Amino acid sequence: MNEFLLIFRRAFSSPEEQPSPEMMQQSIKQWQDWFGSIAAQDKLVRPLQRWDLEGRVVKKDKDVINGPYAEIKESIGGLILIRAKDYDEAVEIAQGCPILALGGNVEVRMAVTPQV
Amino acid sequence: MYCSWATCPDFISMNESDLLPHLFRTEYRKMVSVLSYLFGIEHIETAEDIVSDTFLSATESWSIKGIPENPAAWLYTVAKNKTRNYLRHHTVFEQKLVQQIQITTEKTAEINLDLSDQNIKDSQLAMIFTICNPAISGASQISLALNILCGFGVQEIADAFLSNKETIYKRLKRAKEKLKEDQIKIEQPQLSEINHRLETVLTTLYLLFSEGYYSVSHNTTLRKDLCAEAMRLNFLLLENPKTNTPAVNALFSLMCFHSSRFEARIDPEGAAILYEDQDEQLWNKELIEQGIHYLNQASTGKNLTKYHLEAAIAYWHTHKANTFEKWDNILQLYNQLLVLEYSPIIAMNRTFALTKVKGKPAAIQEAEKLNLANNHLYFSLLGDLYTGIDNQKALLHFNKALEMASTPLDKKVILKNIGKLQSLPPSL
Repeated sequence: MNEFLLIFRRAFSSPEEQPSPEMMQQSIKQWQDWFGSIAAQDKLVRPLQRWDLEGRVVKKDKDVINGPYAEIKESIGGLILIRAKDYDEAVEIAQGCPILALGGNVEVRMAVTPQV
Repeated sequence: MYCSWATCPDFISMNESDLLPHLFRTEYRKMVSVLSYLFGIEHIETAEDIVSDTFLSATESWSIKGIPENPAAWLYTVAKNKTRNYLRHHTVFEQKLVQQIQITTEKTAEINLDLSDQNIKDSQLAMIFTICNPAISGASQISLALNILCGFGVQEIADAFLSNKETIYKRLKRAKEKLKEDQIKIEQPQLSEINHRLETVLTTLYLLFSEGYYSVSHNTTLRKDLCAEAMRLNFLLLENPKTNTPAVNALFSLMCFHSSRFEARIDPEGAAILYEDQDEQLWNKELIEQGIHYLNQASTGKNLTKYHLEAAIAYWHTHKANTFEKWDNILQLYNQLLVLEYSPIIAMNRTFALTKVKGKPAAIQEAEKLNLANNHLYFSLLGDLYTGIDNQKALLHFNKALEMASTPLDKKVILKNIGKLQSLPPSL
């Protein structure tokens, strides 16, 4: 078994385009079902951490802008850590992620164990 | 508010032969706790000896002189005298102890055995925290809790664990030695460490309750007693403002909901009756009301514990009708429970809830991913899911489950399901 990082991204061009609380409420069940499904297989290593919607971006000239929305096309919505045999299995799990239906994407990365 | 459904028998109507065992059950633990609280863990056996000796005196005296007007007060007085005598005859012990007690409580000279209501409660609470200590194993914690906090004899504990007296005796002895070795103090827990230490205590109480509720023992009275004791100890925590936390309320609520079905889930022979087949008229409405009350009490603060989630699931199970709302809620609760803590049983229960919300095909997809091939319940679940979808597959799974099941009850349930399967029209 390997550990994989699943990062959900969505396009947030402005804070106003973020889902309303009503929409969030609607999709909560889908997310819960998805998390429950992964956890039921004993493959959830680290549950979802919630992040606020404010954000800061530090640019190469050390300038700081408020929120990733203006200049970054896509921003992190959240991330979890799962256990899977290989990329095939991790990807199959990622394909159930509700962010896809919202137009987002999931980045899948395998954890590397340092060589001794 | 709380009253145990194993109601306390009335003193007055009792004759001598019932009275002593009853007093032993209710008073032994109080006196042992108070004495241990006073003496410290290293002298726990002395405390037990003094209390046992007190009961021996009661047996002798009461059979000649008859039962005193206030039997409990009689026991307390005798225990106090015996303690004083013991200390007089063990002056070295007394000197050490007096020193120690003076340091900790600022009491002087004569040691007074305080058997007031408040001190009994304080002592028992301190004792709960001493016994539910990760230094000793879960099984040892439960055995010791039953012995010292609940006044169960070695034989009764052996019966509850389907074990023998020697094993339990050794387990108790080893556990006490370990607590002494590690110099675990018998003291009121500090407010700053309450939440952390309560976790272990709640785990033990949860296990104690489960031992009674799910025990393989057919002794229904004993099983009920275990549950009642777990509830009594849990209630002790609720009575103290320091330990009256949301999690403690949630666990108590869970126990109320579960025990509300106690009468309905065991047939006169002591065999289990499945939820679906239970007569809901036998569910105890008073306990359900209390479960709701304590679940509301638990709904403060930020911490959502597994007891909250399990209590909420148990709440929904007090509605027998299979509404969408019921199963939709249960599914979400199981999802959250699994994210908090994985267990194969919860994973299977979640899949069952999924069937009720999203139908069998969706649930089969999820069930196939569970990877629990060493668990007969898993094959029962698959058999159940495939029934009416693919009866041949269902039969294969049921047969596999039958092969792996070890208890007669499990086999009986599986055979019943196979019977149901075979009575279905072949077109399905």
